[in-house]
Parts: sequence; structure tokens; C-alpha cells
Amino acid sequence: MNKKTAEEKTTSASPTTMEIVNRGLARRYRAEKRFRMYGISAILASLAFLAILFVSIIGNGYTAFLQTEIALDLYLDPLMIDRENLDDANYQAIVKKSLIETFPRVTSRGERRELFSLVSTGAAFQLRNVVAQDPGRIGKRIRLWVPADDDVDMLMKGHIKRSGPQEDRRMSDNQLAWVDHFIENGRIKKAFNTAFFTAGDSREPELAGIQGALVGSFLTLFVTLLLSFPLGVAAAVYLEEFAPKNRWTDIIEVNINNLAAVPSIVFGLLGLAVFLNFFGLPRSTPLVGGIVLTLMTLPTIIIASRASLKSVPPSIRDAALGIGASKTQVISHHVLPLAMPGMLTGTIIGMAQALGETAPLLMIGMVAFIVDIPSGFTDPSTVLPVQIFLWADSPERAFLERTSAAIMVLLAFLVTMNAAAVFLRKKLEKRW
Amino acid sequence: MKKVFMTALAVAFFLTAGNALARDYVSIVGSSTVYPFATVVAEQFGKTSDFKTPKIESTGSGGGHKLFGAGIGVEHPDITNSSRRIKKSELQRCIDKGIDVIEVKIGYDGIVMANSKDAKVMRLSRRDIFLALAARVPDPKGSKTLVKNPYKTWKDVNSALPARDIEVLGPPPTSGTRDAFVELAMEGGGKTFGFIKAMKKKDKGQYKQICHTIREDGAYIEAGENDNLIVQKLNANPDALGIFGFSFLDQNTDKIQGSYIDGVAPTFDNIAALEYPVSRPLFFYVKKQHVGKIPGIKEYLAEFTSDKAWGDFGYLTDKGLIPMPAKERQAFATAVKELKPLKISDL
Repeated sequence: MNKKTAEEKTTSASPTTMEIVNRGLARRYRAEKRFRMYGISAILASLAFLAILFVSIIGNGYTAFLQTEIALDLYLDPLMIDRENLDDANYQAIVKKSLIETFPRVTSRGERRELFSLVSTGAAFQLRNVVAQDPGRIGKRIRLWVPADDDVDMLMKGHIKRSGPQEDRRMSDNQLAWVDHFIENGRIKKAFNTAFFTAGDSREPELAGIQGALVGSFLTLFVTLLLSFPLGVAAAVYLEEFAPKNRWTDIIEVNINNLAAVPSIVFGLLGLAVFLNFFGLPRSTPLVGGIVLTLMTLPTIIIASRASLKSVPPSIRDAALGIGASKTQVISHHVLPLAMPGMLTGTIIGMAQALGETAPLLMIGMVAFIVDIPSGFTDPSTVLPVQIFLWADSPERAFLERTSAAIMVLLAFLVTMNAAAVFLRKKLEKRW
Repeated sequence: MKKVFMTALAVAFFLTAGNALARDYVSIVGSSTVYPFATVVAEQFGKTSDFKTPKIESTGSGGGHKLFGAGIGVEHPDITNSSRRIKKSELQRCIDKGIDVIEVKIGYDGIVMANSKDAKVMRLSRRDIFLALAARVPDPKGSKTLVKNPYKTWKDVNSALPARDIEVLGPPPTSGTRDAFVELAMEGGGKTFGFIKAMKKKDKGQYKQICHTIREDGAYIEAGENDNLIVQKLNANPDALGIFGFSFLDQNTDKIQGSYIDGVAPTFDNIAALEYPVSRPLFFYVKKQHVGKIPGIKEYLAEFTSDKAWGDFGYLTDKGLIPMPAKERQAFATAVKELKPLKISDL
């Protein structure tokens, strides 16, 4: 009742249109501003999450790119190294001897064990390589920078506390004193961790690298690309350009869309049943991994390719047909080149998805400890995300920072691939 | 489309068939608990010999036995790691397929219950653990019936314990660590009740169900297979206890402390002396028919059973493996040399 009278009052005053607009203007500006604020705050929130992710990963991981090294003065005793048979020499003993020479007062067995554990077991292998490169050094005294054990590395990076009672620490008082001795004499330094990029996996954090996983990822993605791109494009072209519109093509379309939403582990189970058990392909190899990931990326590529074929204007097809081109010529000379940027973008995004996948590979045995760097499609190998998963599960604390470092490498690859997709689209895309 | 796909597959198959028939590396599957030890041996073996480094998959003990017992041939693994002894049914399956299985015990692993160093050390008995974690416990009022676990705090369980909420982070049912924990700690505690123990003879199924079922009302939190994650969570929450293998306690002694169980602290020496109650033997199993066919198996076995690996001061102890007494090591080392297959009657 009240409302009605109020309305009557306003109409009776008969304001001009301008007055009505002006009255509501402030409110509308406010609504406008609020609407924009929603958008901005959504973007800020996602940026904040991204920043937290990057800060925590980079904060944990950047130290992994440096590795603590210790300088050893080694006497390459000709009595211990046989020139004819360099591999059989006990290099570990030479390393141990050098440590005992540095700290002659350490005599008890237990203390010596503690002393030897300061240097990585990789030191002996490094020494072997140095000797093999230049056997002329036998009989001489050399100074060699060898990787420190992961506990020393963690201490130097501040991840192990020096304070507190001895039994609560990974390192004993003796070991701390020896490390201090090395520091005073300038025989300990942090150097760029080349092993991280050139070595395969290892159970010693100071020797572990991602080369094996990188090569494995590369081989696997190569197989995936080789299979999924031609298959995906061919399927998309047929479905978009040739296929009659009937119940069968409808069923196929629905199934492709469904496949794109199937959890990836299902493809792993399929791979296990079909490729490993039925075809007898070798377990844990990039070949099988690539085929399984192909199944996973195919729907993505088909859908993206069909969309980009659809976006080619019909006028182009009509013009080509009008001057007498056959259907095949229309497609291969005109439609495909125009749709290619979109197809490539879809493929790259599908590849980036495949690069980050672990679940399907679990089923076909690619989640494994593999030290040797794979040299072919049928060598056992892992991939980057699997390596991250395995390191995250290792008890040694030094693997924590290596996990983060490996994540950084994986992210770098993903960013590069996605940037390439954006760049290709910008560069090659035509607008009508 | 289908034809293209099948051709691609066929081509891929023929390209690789040659490789599949010959394998020049040892293939190992099995327990995630043995994985950290087996990988160290494999790496050492690969670096010091002319053979390729063995490939090791962490599939869990059960999954490993399944793959291992599938048959003889290069597509099947040569060795499976196991954090428990092979089951009769699993061995029977191997024998049916004509596989001779060689058993190798490698040492012991302790399962610890640990909490943050910010809290006090817990002194638990297996009975406390059973009462705190079982789904159904004997009626606190004294009758010989079972009721749904009513205990909220440790003090409710045992008045000597602190009045903190029961909050335990542990592995999921798929884990071998969980199997061993319920068998050693929970069953060990359940047995201390006379009427539950008497049930073992009458109705073994029900006995196992009572002892092995962990409560699901939120006091026990399944924290996934990643033990590092449990360690991190313990740091953030000083009230919680975590269950994991000894090697994770060994690597994190500055952050967490192991609880005493039945008055024994989970230390290297106590587990080695078999005084710590919640410890289990670790094994691996070798397929005899593959020895000599796949290059490197014999040499890998020699490396694993050498004193520099599994000995009292071997490199495996640095990774947290608790070695067997010298005599037992000797016995297994000779059994491995002779390649003596395991019989059903041995179990």
C-alpha cells in the first residue's frame, strides 16, 4: 500500500529522463566498480596461489643447484693402481688414506668410519675417471675436488643444526670439528652442481641427477608425438570433412569427448593389459609409455584439431571447389595449412599434459629406480614427474631440495611448451 | 582409423620383439620398504661391475609376488623384494608354474611410533597401542564383551600416559608397513587379553578381525605411503604420533623421537638384538631358472650377500637396515651360493 503511494508521488512529480538517470548514476557506477573488483580479486587470488607455489618450490630448491665439495690431496700410489688394469684398483682405499693423512690423530675404527663418511662414495668413481683420463698421473700427488656427503652438504646449507646434544644430530661433534678444519683451510666450497644435470638417478643425493629422467621424458614424448599427431589430425580431418552425419559418427564423437575426461590411470591399466600382456612389449620402456600417453592425448588433439578445422571459413572451401579443386586438394592445399596453427597449439598442450603425467606410467612399470641413462626406446627409463615422485619419497633430507629443483626443471619445460603454443598461435593465426 | 592404429602397433611390436626376447639387465620388483636397500645395492653393483644396473620397481610386497609368480621368461621379473615372508598360496602358485624360488633374508626393519621433539617421549606398551587404535576393544567396565572403541585421549587408555587426544598418522591398508604394524603391535597387544587370545584357537578369523582392524573414527589418520610427509606433519603437530620405518627416524633424529614400546627404545642396537618388539625381517626371492640366463643375477646376489653390503658395518646399515647376526648371514649366503629352492614345508 505504502509502495504504491510512493510510486504515485514520483510519477506525479513527473521527472525528466535525465533526472531518473542521474539519480541512479552513482549506484550504477558503484555496481560497475564492484563488478570490476570481483574480477581483479579473482586474478589476485590466483596470482597469490601461484606466488606461494613458486616461492615455496624455489625457496626449497634453489640450493640444490649448488653442491658442497671437499678438496682431497690424493697420492696415486703406483703400488695400488695397476697400469694394465685401471678398473680393478681400490680407489676407495686411496680416498680413505688421504683422509687419514689429513687427520692423523683419528685412529679408532668407529671414528675413522665417521671420518670416511664425510666424503661421498662417488669420490672413488670420480678418481677412477680422472686416472683413466690421464694414466700419466699415477705416482704423483694430485688435489681433487670431490663431492661431500649429503649430511655435510646439508650442514653447509644450514639444513642441519649444529646446536643441541650430539645424539640428536645427524653429525657428531667430531665430524663438525673436521668440517671446521676443512673450512679454515679453504678446502670446502660450494660449486655448481653439474652432477644434477649430467647424472642418472642415485640413492646418494649428492650423486643423483635428472639426466636419465630428462632423456626418458624426451624419448617418451617423441613416441607420443610421432603416434598421436598424425592419428589425431587424420581422425579430425575425416570426422570434420568427410564423415557423413549419422548415428555412428555421433557415437564416435560422444566417445572421443568421453575419452578426454577418463582418468589417466585407466589408460595405464589398458596399457598393462594390451601392450604388455597381450603384445608382450617390454616393461618400463619409453615405447610403451609413449603409446599409453598417446591414448591419453589423442582426444585432446582430435578435439582441438576439429575446432580449428571448423574455424576455417566455408568461403575458402567454396572458392577452391569453384575453381575445380577436388575434395582432397581443397583439404590438403587450403584447409589444412590454415588450420595447422590451431592443431599445433592443441598438440603442444596435449604434449605438455603428457609430460606431467605419472599415474598411467605406474601401471606399466616406469615408476622404477633406474640409474643408467636410457639410450633407446626399449631401454628401461623413467620420466621427470616420476623422478620427482620417487625423490619425494626418499628418507634422506637432501632429496627434499632435489625434489624441488626437479620440479623447477619440469615447470621450466611446461612453461616453455605453453609459451611456444601461445607464440605459434599469435604468429601463425589468421583472422577473418 | 582402427586399421592404422593396429598397423602402428604391429610395426612397433616387430621393431621391439627382438629386444623383448633378450634382456641384459636384472629386473626387480616388490616391497617399497626393501626398495631403499635394494636400490643402494643395485647402484653399487652397476658402478663396480661391467653389468648394467638392475631396474627396481616399487610395487609393494603383494604386487611384487603377483608379478614374480606369473611365469618364467624375460618378460617376468627375476627377483621380488618382500617386507614379509612369502605366503603359502604365493609359493604354491610359483611351484605350479614350475618356478624354483630361492629365499634370501636380508636383515630387519623396525617399525617406530614417533612424535615431534617438542613433545614428551611416549612410553607405550603394545596393549596401549591396541586399546588406542583397535576398532573394537574389550569393554572398559570389565565384562568379556567387545565395544566400539570409546577412548578419546591417551590418559583414558592408560592413566600413566598424558591427557592428549589420540591422533596417529600411519600408512594405508595397501602398505606392508601397516600389515606388519597390525600383526606385531596390535595383535601383540590384543593377545594380552585372555579371552581374545583364547579366541585364536576357536575362531581364527574373528581373532584376526579384532586384532587387525584399525578404528575409523578419525583417531587414526591414513597419511598415504609417503613417510616424509608424516615426518613433516609431526613437526607441525606435536600432539600427533606417526608410524613409519626405522630408516625415516634414523634420518630425522633432530626433529622426531621414537616412542618406547614395552620399555624398549627403537634404536639400532635394540632392533638388531631383537629386543624391540615391533620389528620384522625383510626378504627377497630369486627365480632360479633365470640365474645364468639373465646376465648379472649371480653377481648381484654376491654383492647383496657380501659383508661390505649387509654386514655389521656394511653400507646398507648406513641406510637404516638392521643386520642379521653373523651366523644367520653366513647361513643365507651359503644357501644363495647353492641356489637351494624353497619348499612349501619350509614355511
